[in-house]
Amino acid sequence: MGEATPVWAVVALPLVLAGLICSAAALDAVFCAGGRPADPLREGVRLLLQQRRRTRGADLLLMRAGVISLPVAAFLAAMVIPLGAAPVLPSSVGVVWFNAMEVVAWASLWLTGWGADSAFPLIGGYRFLAQGLAYELPHMFALITAALAAGSLDLGAVAAAQEGLWFAVWMPVAFAVYLLSALAMAFWGPMGHPLAGDVAGGVPLELAGPDRLLFFAGRLALLAVAAAAAVPLFLGGGAGPWLPAWAWSLVKTYAVLVPLVWVRQRVPVVRMDRFMQVAWTVLIPATLLQMLVVGLVVLD
Amino acid sequence: MQVVAFWALAVAAVGFGAAVFAVNSMARATFALLASFLCAGGELLLLGLAYPGVLTILMMIMEMLVMAVFMIMYMMDPGGLMPMSMVHGRRGALAIAAGVFAALAAGIVLTPWPHRQGAPPRDPAFALGEAVMGPKMPVMMVAGVAILATMIASVVLATGRGRYGGAE
Amino acid sequence: MSLQAFLLLAAALFAVGLYGALSQQSVVMLMMGLELMINGILVAAGAFWHYVAPGAADGQVLLLVALTVMALEMAAGFAVVTALYRAREVDTTDDAGDLKG
Repeated sequence: MGEATPVWAVVALPLVLAGLICSAAALDAVFCAGGRPADPLREGVRLLLQQRRRTRGADLLLMRAGVISLPVAAFLAAMVIPLGAAPVLPSSVGVVWFNAMEVVAWASLWLTGWGADSAFPLIGGYRFLAQGLAYELPHMFALITAALAAGSLDLGAVAAAQEGLWFAVWMPVAFAVYLLSALAMAFWGPMGHPLAGDVAGGVPLELAGPDRLLFFAGRLALLAVAAAAAVPLFLGGGAGPWLPAWAWSLVKTYAVLVPLVWVRQRVPVVRMDRFMQVAWTVLIPATLLQMLVVGLVVLD
Repeated sequence: MQVVAFWALAVAAVGFGAAVFAVNSMARATFALLASFLCAGGELLLLGLAYPGVLTILMMIMEMLVMAVFMIMYMMDPGGLMPMSMVHGRRGALAIAAGVFAALAAGIVLTPWPHRQGAPPRDPAFALGEAVMGPKMPVMMVAGVAILATMIASVVLATGRGRYGGAE
Repeated sequence: MSLQAFLLLAAALFAVGLYGALSQQSVVMLMMGLELMINGILVAAGAFWHYVAPGAADGQVLLLVALTVMALEMAAGFAVVTALYRAREVDTTDDAGDLKG
Protein backbone atom coordinates (compact mmCIF):
# COMPACT_ATOMS: atom_id res chain seq x y z
CA MET A 1 0.00 0.00 0.00
CA GLY A 2 1.26 3.48 -0.88
CA GLU A 3 1.04 6.78 0.92
CA ALA A 4 -2.05 7.93 2.80
CA THR A 5 -5.03 9.02 0.76
CA PRO A 6 -5.95 12.69 0.97
CA VAL A 7 -9.50 13.15 2.22
CA TRP A 8 -10.43 15.48 -0.61
CA ALA A 9 -9.71 12.75 -3.15
CA VAL A 10 -12.46 10.55 -1.71
CA VAL A 11 -14.98 13.36 -2.13
CA ALA A 12 -13.60 14.48 -5.44
CA LEU A 13 -13.65 11.12 -7.23
CA PRO A 14 -17.44 10.81 -7.75
CA LEU A 15 -17.60 14.48 -8.74
CA VAL A 16 -14.77 14.12 -11.24
CA LEU A 17 -16.31 10.98 -12.67
CA ALA A 18 -19.72 12.67 -12.98
CA GLY A 19 -18.04 15.64 -14.66
CA LEU A 20 -16.28 13.37 -17.12
CA ILE A 21 -19.54 11.56 -17.92
CA CYS A 22 -21.45 14.81 -18.49
CA SER A 23 -18.76 16.36 -20.63
CA ALA A 24 -18.37 13.17 -22.66
CA ALA A 25 -22.12 13.10 -23.27
CA ALA A 26 -22.12 16.78 -24.22
CA LEU A 27 -19.17 16.25 -26.57
CA ASP A 28 -20.90 13.29 -28.17
CA ALA A 29 -23.97 15.45 -28.77
CA VAL A 30 -21.83 18.20 -30.31
CA PHE A 31 -20.09 15.75 -32.65
CA CYS A 32 -23.51 14.58 -33.81
CA ALA A 33 -24.86 16.46 -36.78
CA GLY A 34 -27.22 19.14 -35.47
CA GLY A 35 -26.71 18.24 -31.81
CA ARG A 36 -26.43 20.75 -28.98
CA PRO A 37 -24.37 20.24 -25.81
CA ALA A 38 -27.42 20.46 -23.55
CA ASP A 39 -29.25 17.64 -25.32
CA PRO A 40 -27.95 14.79 -23.14
CA LEU A 41 -28.88 16.70 -19.99
CA ARG A 42 -32.42 17.16 -21.22
CA GLU A 43 -32.56 13.50 -22.20
CA GLY A 44 -31.29 12.51 -18.76
CA VAL A 45 -34.00 14.50 -16.98
CA ARG A 46 -36.59 13.01 -19.30
CA LEU A 47 -35.41 9.49 -18.49
CA LEU A 48 -35.47 10.24 -14.76
CA LEU A 49 -39.15 11.12 -14.98
CA GLN A 50 -40.09 8.41 -17.47
CA GLN A 51 -42.03 5.43 -16.23
CA ARG A 52 -40.26 2.08 -16.11
CA ARG A 53 -41.32 -0.46 -18.67
CA ARG A 54 -41.60 -4.14 -17.90
CA THR A 55 -41.55 -7.14 -20.14
CA ARG A 56 -43.45 -10.31 -19.33
CA GLY A 57 -41.31 -12.95 -17.70
CA ALA A 58 -38.44 -10.57 -17.09
CA ASP A 59 -35.92 -11.62 -14.45
CA LEU A 60 -35.93 -8.28 -12.68
CA LEU A 61 -33.34 -9.27 -10.09
CA LEU A 62 -30.74 -10.16 -12.70
CA MET A 63 -31.60 -7.21 -14.92
CA ARG A 64 -31.26 -4.70 -12.09
CA ALA A 65 -28.00 -6.34 -11.01
CA GLY A 66 -26.72 -5.96 -14.56
CA VAL A 67 -27.72 -2.31 -14.91
CA ILE A 68 -26.44 -1.24 -11.50
CA SER A 69 -23.15 -3.13 -11.71
CA LEU A 70 -22.12 -1.16 -14.81
CA PRO A 71 -21.58 2.27 -13.16
CA VAL A 72 -20.51 0.63 -9.90
CA ALA A 73 -17.75 -1.30 -11.67
CA ALA A 74 -16.59 1.88 -13.42
CA PHE A 75 -16.44 3.66 -10.08
CA LEU A 76 -14.53 0.82 -8.40
CA ALA A 77 -12.08 0.77 -11.29
CA ALA A 78 -11.60 4.52 -10.94
CA MET A 79 -10.64 4.13 -7.28
CA VAL A 80 -7.16 2.80 -8.08
CA ILE A 81 -6.38 5.39 -10.76
CA PRO A 82 -4.19 8.15 -9.35
CA LEU A 83 -5.76 11.55 -9.82
CA GLY A 84 -2.59 13.52 -9.54
CA ALA A 85 -0.35 12.12 -6.82
CA ALA A 86 -2.33 9.35 -5.12
CA PRO A 87 -5.39 7.26 -5.93
CA VAL A 88 -8.33 6.95 -3.55
CA LEU A 89 -7.43 3.33 -2.90
CA PRO A 90 -3.68 2.80 -3.27
CA SER A 91 -3.20 -0.79 -4.31
CA SER A 92 -0.10 -2.79 -5.10
CA VAL A 93 -2.09 -4.64 -7.77
CA GLY A 94 -3.93 -1.66 -9.26
CA VAL A 95 -3.51 -2.83 -12.85
CA VAL A 96 -5.14 -6.20 -12.13
CA TRP A 97 -7.89 -4.55 -10.11
CA PHE A 98 -8.67 -2.17 -12.97
CA ASN A 99 -8.76 -5.14 -15.34
CA ALA A 100 -11.06 -7.14 -13.05
CA MET A 101 -13.50 -4.28 -12.64
CA GLU A 102 -13.67 -3.61 -16.34
CA VAL A 103 -14.47 -7.28 -16.97
CA VAL A 104 -17.57 -6.78 -14.82
CA ALA A 105 -19.04 -5.12 -17.91
CA TRP A 106 -19.29 -8.61 -19.45
CA ALA A 107 -21.57 -9.67 -16.64
CA SER A 108 -23.49 -6.39 -16.74
CA LEU A 109 -24.31 -6.62 -20.41
CA TRP A 110 -25.15 -10.28 -20.41
CA LEU A 111 -27.35 -9.94 -17.31
CA THR A 112 -29.16 -6.93 -18.74
CA GLY A 113 -29.69 -8.75 -22.02
CA TRP A 114 -30.83 -11.96 -20.34
CA GLY A 115 -32.99 -10.37 -17.67
CA ALA A 116 -35.23 -8.52 -20.12
CA ASP A 117 -36.59 -11.81 -21.53
CA SER A 118 -36.54 -10.33 -25.00
CA ALA A 119 -34.76 -11.58 -28.10
CA PHE A 120 -32.75 -8.57 -29.26
CA PRO A 121 -31.23 -7.68 -25.88
CA LEU A 122 -30.19 -11.31 -25.47
CA ILE A 123 -28.50 -11.29 -28.87
CA GLY A 124 -26.71 -8.11 -27.83
CA GLY A 125 -25.57 -9.74 -24.61
CA TYR A 126 -24.12 -12.71 -26.45
CA ARG A 127 -22.45 -10.41 -28.93
CA PHE A 128 -20.70 -8.63 -26.13
CA LEU A 129 -19.41 -11.89 -24.70
CA ALA A 130 -17.90 -12.75 -28.08
CA GLN A 131 -16.46 -9.26 -28.37
CA GLY A 132 -15.12 -9.58 -24.83
CA LEU A 133 -13.30 -12.80 -25.66
CA ALA A 134 -11.83 -11.01 -28.67
CA TYR A 135 -10.63 -7.83 -27.03
CA GLU A 136 -9.69 -9.11 -23.60
CA LEU A 137 -6.48 -10.99 -24.43
CA PRO A 138 -4.79 -8.23 -26.45
CA HIS A 139 -6.00 -5.79 -23.79
CA MET A 140 -4.43 -7.83 -21.00
CA PHE A 141 -1.19 -8.14 -22.92
CA ALA A 142 -1.12 -4.36 -23.41
CA LEU A 143 -1.65 -3.82 -19.67
CA ILE A 144 1.01 -6.38 -18.79
CA THR A 145 3.46 -4.74 -21.19
CA ALA A 146 3.16 -1.42 -19.35
CA ALA A 147 3.44 -3.19 -15.98
CA LEU A 148 6.45 -5.14 -17.23
CA ALA A 149 8.30 -2.01 -18.26
CA ALA A 150 7.61 -0.42 -14.87
CA GLY A 151 8.29 -3.60 -12.91
CA SER A 152 5.16 -3.04 -10.85
CA LEU A 153 1.40 -3.64 -10.93
CA ASP A 154 0.82 -0.42 -8.99
CA LEU A 155 -0.59 2.26 -11.30
CA GLY A 156 1.24 4.96 -9.36
CA ALA A 157 4.55 3.14 -9.82
CA VAL A 158 3.79 2.62 -13.52
CA ALA A 159 3.27 6.37 -13.89
CA ALA A 160 6.42 7.11 -11.92
CA ALA A 161 8.45 4.82 -14.17
CA GLN A 162 7.80 7.13 -17.13
CA GLU A 163 9.94 10.02 -15.89
CA GLY A 164 12.14 10.01 -18.96
CA LEU A 165 9.95 8.76 -21.76
CA TRP A 166 6.24 8.07 -21.98
CA PHE A 167 5.31 4.45 -22.56
CA ALA A 168 3.01 5.59 -25.36
CA VAL A 169 6.10 6.69 -27.28
CA TRP A 170 8.21 3.58 -27.06
CA MET A 171 5.44 0.97 -26.97
CA PRO A 172 3.03 2.35 -29.57
CA VAL A 173 1.48 -1.05 -30.38
CA ALA A 174 0.43 -1.60 -26.78
CA PHE A 175 -0.97 1.93 -26.58
CA ALA A 176 -2.94 1.54 -29.82
CA VAL A 177 -4.33 -1.82 -28.68
CA TYR A 178 -5.25 -0.28 -25.35
CA LEU A 179 -7.20 2.52 -27.05
CA LEU A 180 -9.01 -0.02 -29.23
CA SER A 181 -9.92 -2.13 -26.24
CA ALA A 182 -11.06 0.98 -24.39
CA LEU A 183 -13.63 1.40 -27.15
CA ALA A 184 -14.48 -2.30 -26.96
CA MET A 185 -14.94 -2.45 -23.19
CA ALA A 186 -17.29 0.54 -23.30
CA PHE A 187 -18.99 -0.94 -26.42
CA TRP A 188 -18.58 2.47 -27.97
CA GLY A 189 -18.56 3.57 -31.61
CA PRO A 190 -17.00 0.99 -33.94
CA MET A 191 -17.15 -1.57 -31.13
CA GLY A 192 -20.82 -0.90 -30.46
CA HIS A 193 -22.05 -4.08 -32.11
CA PRO A 194 -23.91 -5.29 -28.98
CA LEU A 195 -26.00 -2.11 -29.22
CA ALA A 196 -26.13 -1.96 -33.00
CA GLY A 197 -29.07 -0.84 -35.08
CA ASP A 198 -29.59 -4.24 -36.69
CA VAL A 199 -30.86 -5.56 -33.36
CA ALA A 200 -32.89 -2.39 -32.67
CA GLY A 201 -30.47 -1.06 -30.07
CA GLY A 202 -29.51 -4.43 -28.58
CA VAL A 203 -28.88 -4.82 -24.88
CA PRO A 204 -30.70 -1.77 -23.47
CA LEU A 205 -33.68 -2.17 -25.81
CA GLU A 206 -36.19 -2.93 -23.06
CA LEU A 207 -34.75 -0.53 -20.51
CA ALA A 208 -36.71 2.61 -19.80
CA GLY A 209 -36.62 5.44 -17.30
CA PRO A 210 -33.93 5.52 -14.60
CA ASP A 211 -32.65 2.06 -15.62
CA ARG A 212 -31.83 3.33 -19.07
CA LEU A 213 -30.20 6.46 -17.70
CA LEU A 214 -28.04 4.38 -15.35
CA PHE A 215 -27.03 2.03 -18.15
CA PHE A 216 -25.86 4.77 -20.49
CA ALA A 217 -24.22 6.73 -17.69
CA GLY A 218 -22.39 3.54 -16.77
CA ARG A 219 -21.22 3.09 -20.34
CA LEU A 220 -19.82 6.63 -20.49
CA ALA A 221 -18.27 6.11 -17.06
CA LEU A 222 -16.47 3.03 -18.38
CA LEU A 223 -15.22 4.99 -21.37
CA ALA A 224 -14.06 7.84 -19.14
CA VAL A 225 -12.34 5.48 -16.70
CA ALA A 226 -10.60 3.68 -19.55
CA ALA A 227 -9.36 7.06 -20.81
CA ALA A 228 -8.28 8.04 -17.30
CA ALA A 229 -6.38 4.78 -16.82
CA ALA A 230 -4.46 5.39 -20.05
CA VAL A 231 -2.86 8.41 -18.38
CA PRO A 232 -0.85 6.56 -15.69
CA LEU A 233 -0.39 3.53 -17.94
CA PHE A 234 0.99 5.18 -21.07
CA LEU A 235 1.06 8.97 -20.77
CA GLY A 236 3.29 9.60 -17.77
CA GLY A 237 0.57 10.15 -15.16
CA GLY A 238 0.37 13.61 -13.62
CA ALA A 239 3.86 14.64 -14.63
CA GLY A 240 4.16 17.89 -16.56
CA PRO A 241 5.47 21.44 -16.31
CA TRP A 242 3.76 24.40 -14.56
CA LEU A 243 0.42 22.82 -13.72
CA PRO A 244 -0.18 20.66 -10.60
CA ALA A 245 -0.36 16.88 -11.02
CA TRP A 246 -4.16 16.60 -10.82
CA ALA A 247 -4.57 19.22 -13.53
CA TRP A 248 -2.20 17.39 -15.85
CA SER A 249 -4.06 14.15 -15.15
CA LEU A 250 -7.31 15.79 -16.18
CA VAL A 251 -5.82 17.43 -19.27
CA LYS A 252 -4.35 14.14 -20.44
CA THR A 253 -7.57 12.27 -19.66
CA TYR A 254 -9.46 14.65 -21.91
CA ALA A 255 -6.78 14.34 -24.56
CA VAL A 256 -7.61 10.62 -24.70
CA LEU A 257 -11.34 10.89 -24.07
CA VAL A 258 -12.16 13.45 -26.75
CA PRO A 259 -10.83 11.36 -29.69
CA LEU A 260 -12.55 8.28 -28.27
CA VAL A 261 -15.86 10.13 -28.18
CA TRP A 262 -15.25 11.69 -31.59
CA VAL A 263 -14.62 8.34 -33.26
CA ARG A 264 -18.19 7.23 -32.64
CA GLN A 265 -19.76 9.34 -35.37
CA ARG A 266 -16.91 8.81 -37.83
CA VAL A 267 -16.31 5.05 -37.99
CA PRO A 268 -18.89 2.38 -38.84
CA VAL A 269 -19.68 -0.45 -36.45
CA VAL A 270 -17.45 -3.52 -36.77
CA ARG A 271 -19.11 -6.92 -36.64
CA MET A 272 -17.79 -8.74 -33.60
CA ASP A 273 -16.91 -11.95 -35.45
CA ARG A 274 -14.72 -9.99 -37.85
CA PHE A 275 -13.15 -8.18 -34.95
CA MET A 276 -12.59 -11.56 -33.29
CA GLN A 277 -10.66 -12.78 -36.32
CA VAL A 278 -8.48 -9.67 -36.42
CA ALA A 279 -7.97 -9.74 -32.67
CA TRP A 280 -6.74 -13.32 -32.58
CA THR A 281 -4.69 -13.36 -35.74
CA VAL A 282 -3.22 -9.84 -35.73
CA LEU A 283 -3.59 -8.12 -32.36
CA ILE A 284 -2.48 -10.95 -30.10
CA PRO A 285 0.73 -11.68 -32.03
CA ALA A 286 1.40 -7.93 -32.32
CA THR A 287 1.02 -7.37 -28.57
CA LEU A 288 3.13 -10.45 -27.82
CA LEU A 289 5.89 -9.08 -30.06
CA GLN A 290 5.57 -5.72 -28.35
CA MET A 291 5.92 -7.45 -24.99
CA LEU A 292 8.99 -9.30 -26.22
CA VAL A 293 10.62 -6.04 -27.32
CA VAL A 294 9.80 -4.35 -24.03
CA GLY A 295 11.04 -7.38 -22.12
CA LEU A 296 14.37 -7.26 -23.95
CA VAL A 297 14.71 -3.53 -23.25
CA VAL A 298 13.91 -4.07 -19.56
CA LEU A 299 16.41 -6.91 -19.29
CA ASP A 300 19.19 -4.77 -20.71
CA MET B 1 -13.96 -4.89 11.43
CA GLN B 2 -11.97 -7.63 9.74
CA VAL B 3 -13.74 -10.29 11.77
CA VAL B 4 -17.13 -8.93 10.74
CA ALA B 5 -16.03 -8.85 7.12
CA PHE B 6 -14.76 -12.41 7.39
CA TRP B 7 -17.99 -13.82 8.77
CA ALA B 8 -20.18 -11.81 6.41
CA LEU B 9 -18.19 -13.00 3.41
CA ALA B 10 -18.06 -16.57 4.74
CA VAL B 11 -21.82 -16.80 5.24
CA ALA B 12 -22.42 -15.19 1.87
CA ALA B 13 -19.96 -17.54 0.13
CA VAL B 14 -21.59 -20.67 1.52
CA GLY B 15 -25.10 -19.26 1.08
CA PHE B 16 -24.55 -18.42 -2.57
CA GLY B 17 -22.87 -21.79 -3.02
CA ALA B 18 -25.94 -23.56 -1.69
CA ALA B 19 -28.17 -21.32 -3.79
CA VAL B 20 -26.49 -22.67 -6.93
CA PHE B 21 -28.26 -25.99 -6.42
CA ALA B 22 -31.48 -24.51 -5.07
CA VAL B 23 -32.59 -21.98 -7.70
CA ASN B 24 -34.47 -22.97 -10.81
CA SER B 25 -33.05 -20.61 -13.36
CA MET B 26 -29.69 -21.54 -14.85
CA ALA B 27 -28.74 -17.89 -15.19
CA ARG B 28 -29.35 -17.37 -11.50
CA ALA B 29 -27.43 -20.52 -10.62
CA THR B 30 -24.41 -19.36 -12.62
CA PHE B 31 -24.41 -15.96 -11.03
CA ALA B 32 -24.95 -17.39 -7.56
CA LEU B 33 -21.77 -19.39 -8.16
CA LEU B 34 -20.04 -16.22 -9.36
CA ALA B 35 -21.13 -14.41 -6.19
CA SER B 36 -19.73 -17.28 -4.12
CA PHE B 37 -16.40 -16.94 -5.94
CA LEU B 38 -16.35 -13.19 -5.43
CA CYS B 39 -16.85 -13.73 -1.69
CA ALA B 40 -13.99 -16.25 -1.67
CA GLY B 41 -11.85 -13.69 -3.52
CA GLY B 42 -12.76 -11.19 -0.81
CA GLU B 43 -11.60 -13.67 1.84
CA LEU B 44 -8.25 -13.95 0.05
CA LEU B 45 -7.98 -10.14 0.09
CA LEU B 46 -8.63 -10.26 3.85
CA LEU B 47 -5.72 -12.66 4.18
CA GLY B 48 -3.42 -10.07 2.63
CA LEU B 49 -3.24 -11.90 -0.68
CA ALA B 50 -3.99 -8.95 -2.94
CA TYR B 51 -2.83 -10.49 -6.20
CA PRO B 52 -4.43 -13.95 -5.92
CA GLY B 53 -7.61 -12.37 -4.56
CA VAL B 54 -8.03 -9.93 -7.42
CA LEU B 55 -6.96 -12.61 -9.89
CA THR B 56 -9.71 -14.89 -8.56
CA ILE B 57 -12.26 -12.12 -9.04
CA LEU B 58 -11.03 -11.39 -12.57
CA MET B 59 -10.83 -15.00 -13.70
CA MET B 60 -14.09 -16.10 -12.16
CA ILE B 61 -16.10 -13.30 -13.77
CA MET B 62 -14.81 -14.30 -17.19
CA GLU B 63 -15.16 -18.01 -16.49
CA MET B 64 -18.72 -17.79 -15.21
CA LEU B 65 -19.79 -15.71 -18.21
CA VAL B 66 -18.41 -18.38 -20.52
CA MET B 67 -20.13 -20.96 -18.32
CA ALA B 68 -23.43 -19.09 -18.66
CA VAL B 69 -23.26 -19.57 -22.42
CA PHE B 70 -22.86 -23.33 -22.04
CA MET B 71 -25.47 -23.56 -19.32
CA ILE B 72 -28.06 -21.95 -21.52
CA MET B 73 -26.95 -24.03 -24.48
CA TYR B 74 -27.22 -27.44 -22.86
CA MET B 75 -29.85 -27.22 -20.15
CA MET B 76 -33.34 -28.29 -21.08
CA ASP B 77 -34.95 -25.50 -19.13
CA PRO B 78 -32.44 -22.69 -18.72
CA GLY B 79 -34.96 -20.07 -17.65
CA GLY B 80 -36.55 -22.23 -14.96
CA LEU B 81 -39.97 -21.72 -16.53
CA MET B 82 -41.07 -25.31 -15.99
CA PRO B 83 -39.61 -26.36 -12.66
CA MET B 84 -38.44 -29.94 -12.79
CA SER B 85 -36.09 -32.07 -10.80
CA MET B 86 -32.67 -32.62 -12.28
CA VAL B 87 -31.11 -34.48 -9.39
CA HIS B 88 -30.41 -38.10 -8.62
CA GLY B 89 -29.47 -39.78 -5.37
CA ARG B 90 -30.31 -36.65 -3.42
CA ARG B 91 -30.42 -38.28 0.01
CA GLY B 92 -27.20 -40.18 -0.47
CA ALA B 93 -25.44 -37.10 -1.78
CA LEU B 94 -26.66 -35.05 1.17
CA ALA B 95 -25.51 -37.70 3.61
CA ILE B 96 -22.10 -38.03 2.00
CA ALA B 97 -21.62 -34.26 1.86
CA ALA B 98 -22.67 -33.86 5.49
CA GLY B 99 -20.40 -36.74 6.52
CA VAL B 100 -17.45 -35.25 4.67
CA PHE B 101 -18.06 -31.87 6.26
CA ALA B 102 -18.31 -33.41 9.72
CA ALA B 103 -15.09 -35.35 9.21
CA LEU B 104 -13.26 -32.31 7.88
CA ALA B 105 -14.58 -30.11 10.67
CA ALA B 106 -13.53 -32.62 13.30
CA GLY B 107 -10.10 -32.80 11.76
CA ILE B 108 -9.86 -29.02 11.61
CA VAL B 109 -10.85 -28.53 15.23
CA LEU B 110 -8.84 -31.42 16.68
CA THR B 111 -5.59 -31.11 14.74
CA PRO B 112 -2.88 -29.20 16.59
CA TRP B 113 -1.96 -26.78 13.83
CA PRO B 114 1.66 -25.62 13.71
CA HIS B 115 2.47 -22.12 14.80
CA ARG B 116 3.13 -19.41 12.32
CA GLN B 117 6.61 -19.42 10.89
CA GLY B 118 8.07 -16.35 9.31
CA ALA B 119 6.33 -13.14 8.35
CA PRO B 120 4.55 -12.21 5.13
CA PRO B 121 6.88 -10.53 2.64
CA ARG B 122 6.34 -6.85 1.95
CA ASP B 123 4.92 -7.61 -1.48
CA PRO B 124 3.44 -11.14 -1.62
CA ALA B 125 2.79 -10.84 -5.35
CA PHE B 126 6.48 -10.19 -5.95
CA ALA B 127 7.40 -13.19 -3.77
CA LEU B 128 5.00 -15.34 -5.78
CA GLY B 129 6.54 -14.19 -9.03
CA GLU B 130 10.04 -14.93 -7.79
CA ALA B 131 8.93 -18.36 -6.59
CA VAL B 132 7.34 -19.47 -9.86
CA MET B 133 10.21 -18.07 -11.89
CA GLY B 134 12.82 -19.54 -9.52
CA PRO B 135 12.60 -22.58 -7.24
CA LYS B 136 8.99 -23.37 -8.25
CA MET B 137 9.68 -23.17 -11.96
CA PRO B 138 8.58 -26.79 -12.67
CA VAL B 139 5.09 -25.96 -11.38
CA MET B 140 4.82 -23.14 -13.88
CA MET B 141 6.15 -25.26 -16.70
CA VAL B 142 3.75 -28.11 -15.97
CA ALA B 143 0.88 -25.63 -15.79
CA GLY B 144 1.92 -24.16 -19.13
CA VAL B 145 2.07 -27.53 -20.84
CA ALA B 146 -1.23 -28.56 -19.25
CA ILE B 147 -2.89 -25.39 -20.52
CA LEU B 148 -1.57 -25.94 -24.03
CA ALA B 149 -2.66 -29.59 -24.00
CA THR B 150 -6.12 -28.64 -22.77
CA MET B 151 -6.48 -25.96 -25.43
CA ILE B 152 -5.66 -28.38 -28.19
CA ALA B 153 -7.67 -31.26 -26.75
CA SER B 154 -10.77 -29.17 -26.10
CA VAL B 155 -10.71 -27.61 -29.56
CA VAL B 156 -10.34 -31.04 -31.15
CA LEU B 157 -13.17 -32.42 -29.02
CA ALA B 158 -15.53 -29.52 -29.49
CA THR B 159 -15.16 -28.79 -33.16
CA GLY B 160 -17.75 -30.37 -35.38
CA ARG B 161 -15.41 -30.70 -38.30
CA GLY B 162 -13.15 -33.20 -36.68
CA ARG B 163 -9.40 -32.96 -36.57
CA TYR B 164 -8.81 -31.88 -40.13
CA GLY B 165 -10.80 -28.69 -40.18
CA GLY B 166 -12.76 -27.41 -43.12
CA ALA B 167 -13.03 -24.57 -45.54
CA GLU B 168 -14.03 -21.24 -44.03
CA MET C 1 -10.39 -14.79 12.48
CA SER C 2 -8.21 -17.83 12.83
CA LEU C 3 -6.90 -20.70 10.76
CA GLN C 4 -9.71 -22.90 12.03
CA ALA C 5 -12.40 -20.43 10.95
CA PHE C 6 -10.97 -20.19 7.44
CA LEU C 7 -10.61 -23.95 7.17
CA LEU C 8 -14.20 -24.45 8.35
CA LEU C 9 -15.34 -22.10 5.60
CA ALA C 10 -13.26 -24.06 3.11
CA ALA C 11 -14.75 -27.34 4.34
CA ALA C 12 -18.27 -25.95 4.08
CA LEU C 13 -17.67 -24.81 0.49
CA PHE C 14 -16.13 -28.16 -0.32
CA ALA C 15 -19.08 -30.07 1.16
CA VAL C 16 -21.67 -27.97 -0.66
CA GLY C 17 -19.78 -28.51 -3.89
CA LEU C 18 -19.55 -32.22 -3.21
CA TYR C 19 -23.29 -32.41 -2.70
CA GLY C 20 -23.83 -30.68 -6.03
CA ALA C 21 -21.32 -32.82 -7.88
CA LEU C 22 -22.93 -36.01 -6.54
CA SER C 23 -26.57 -35.10 -6.90
CA GLN C 24 -26.84 -33.15 -10.15
CA GLN C 25 -27.79 -34.97 -13.31
CA SER C 26 -26.73 -32.34 -15.77
CA VAL C 27 -23.04 -32.39 -16.56
CA VAL C 28 -22.93 -28.60 -16.49
CA MET C 29 -24.38 -28.45 -12.98
CA LEU C 30 -22.00 -31.20 -11.93
CA MET C 31 -19.11 -29.04 -13.06
CA MET C 32 -20.42 -26.15 -11.02
CA GLY C 33 -20.22 -28.46 -8.02
CA LEU C 34 -16.61 -29.29 -8.88
CA GLU C 35 -15.79 -25.59 -9.22
CA LEU C 36 -17.28 -24.95 -5.81
CA MET C 37 -15.09 -27.69 -4.33
CA ILE C 38 -11.99 -26.09 -5.84
CA ASN C 39 -13.23 -22.79 -4.45
CA GLY C 40 -12.92 -24.32 -1.00
CA ILE C 41 -9.37 -25.40 -1.81
CA LEU C 42 -8.56 -21.80 -2.80
CA VAL C 43 -9.67 -20.50 0.58
CA ALA C 44 -7.81 -23.26 2.41
CA ALA C 45 -4.59 -22.61 0.49
CA GLY C 46 -4.80 -18.90 1.22
CA ALA C 47 -5.44 -19.56 4.90
CA PHE C 48 -2.50 -21.98 5.16
CA TRP C 49 -0.24 -19.42 3.53
CA HIS C 50 -1.30 -16.70 5.93
CA TYR C 51 -1.44 -18.64 9.18
CA VAL C 52 1.20 -21.31 8.81
CA ALA C 53 4.03 -20.27 6.54
CA PRO C 54 3.69 -16.74 5.15
CA GLY C 55 7.43 -16.57 4.64
CA ALA C 56 7.40 -19.24 1.95
CA ALA C 57 5.51 -18.83 -1.31
CA ASP C 58 4.19 -22.42 -1.40
CA GLY C 59 0.65 -21.49 -0.38
CA GLN C 60 0.45 -18.90 -3.12
CA VAL C 61 1.79 -21.32 -5.69
CA LEU C 62 -0.89 -23.80 -4.64
CA LEU C 63 -3.48 -21.05 -5.15
CA LEU C 64 -2.15 -20.44 -8.64
CA VAL C 65 -2.31 -24.15 -9.43
CA ALA C 66 -5.88 -24.39 -8.12
CA LEU C 67 -6.94 -21.45 -10.28
CA THR C 68 -5.33 -23.07 -13.31
CA VAL C 69 -7.02 -26.38 -12.56
CA MET C 70 -10.37 -24.60 -12.37
CA ALA C 71 -9.97 -23.05 -15.79
CA LEU C 72 -8.70 -26.28 -17.33
CA GLU C 73 -11.45 -28.35 -15.75
CA MET C 74 -14.05 -26.06 -17.24
CA ALA C 75 -12.52 -25.97 -20.69
CA ALA C 76 -12.06 -29.74 -20.86
CA GLY C 77 -15.48 -30.39 -19.32
CA PHE C 78 -17.33 -28.23 -21.79
CA ALA C 79 -15.40 -29.72 -24.69
CA VAL C 80 -16.48 -33.20 -23.56
CA VAL C 81 -20.09 -32.09 -23.14
CA THR C 82 -20.03 -30.53 -26.58
CA ALA C 83 -18.60 -33.69 -28.13
CA LEU C 84 -21.13 -35.81 -26.24
CA TYR C 85 -23.98 -33.60 -27.31
CA ARG C 86 -22.90 -33.60 -30.94
CA ALA C 87 -22.64 -37.38 -30.93
CA ARG C 88 -25.95 -38.22 -29.26
CA GLU C 89 -27.79 -35.13 -27.98
CA VAL C 90 -27.19 -36.05 -24.37
CA ASP C 91 -26.23 -33.79 -21.50
CA THR C 92 -26.85 -35.80 -18.35
CA THR C 93 -24.50 -38.14 -16.56
CA ASP C 94 -27.09 -40.93 -16.39
CA ASP C 95 -27.14 -41.18 -20.19
CA ALA C 96 -23.38 -41.40 -20.47
CA GLY C 97 -22.67 -44.50 -18.47
CA ASP C 98 -20.97 -46.57 -21.16
CA LEU C 99 -17.98 -47.30 -18.98
CA LYS C 100 -20.08 -48.55 -16.10
CA GLY C 101 -18.56 -51.83 -14.96
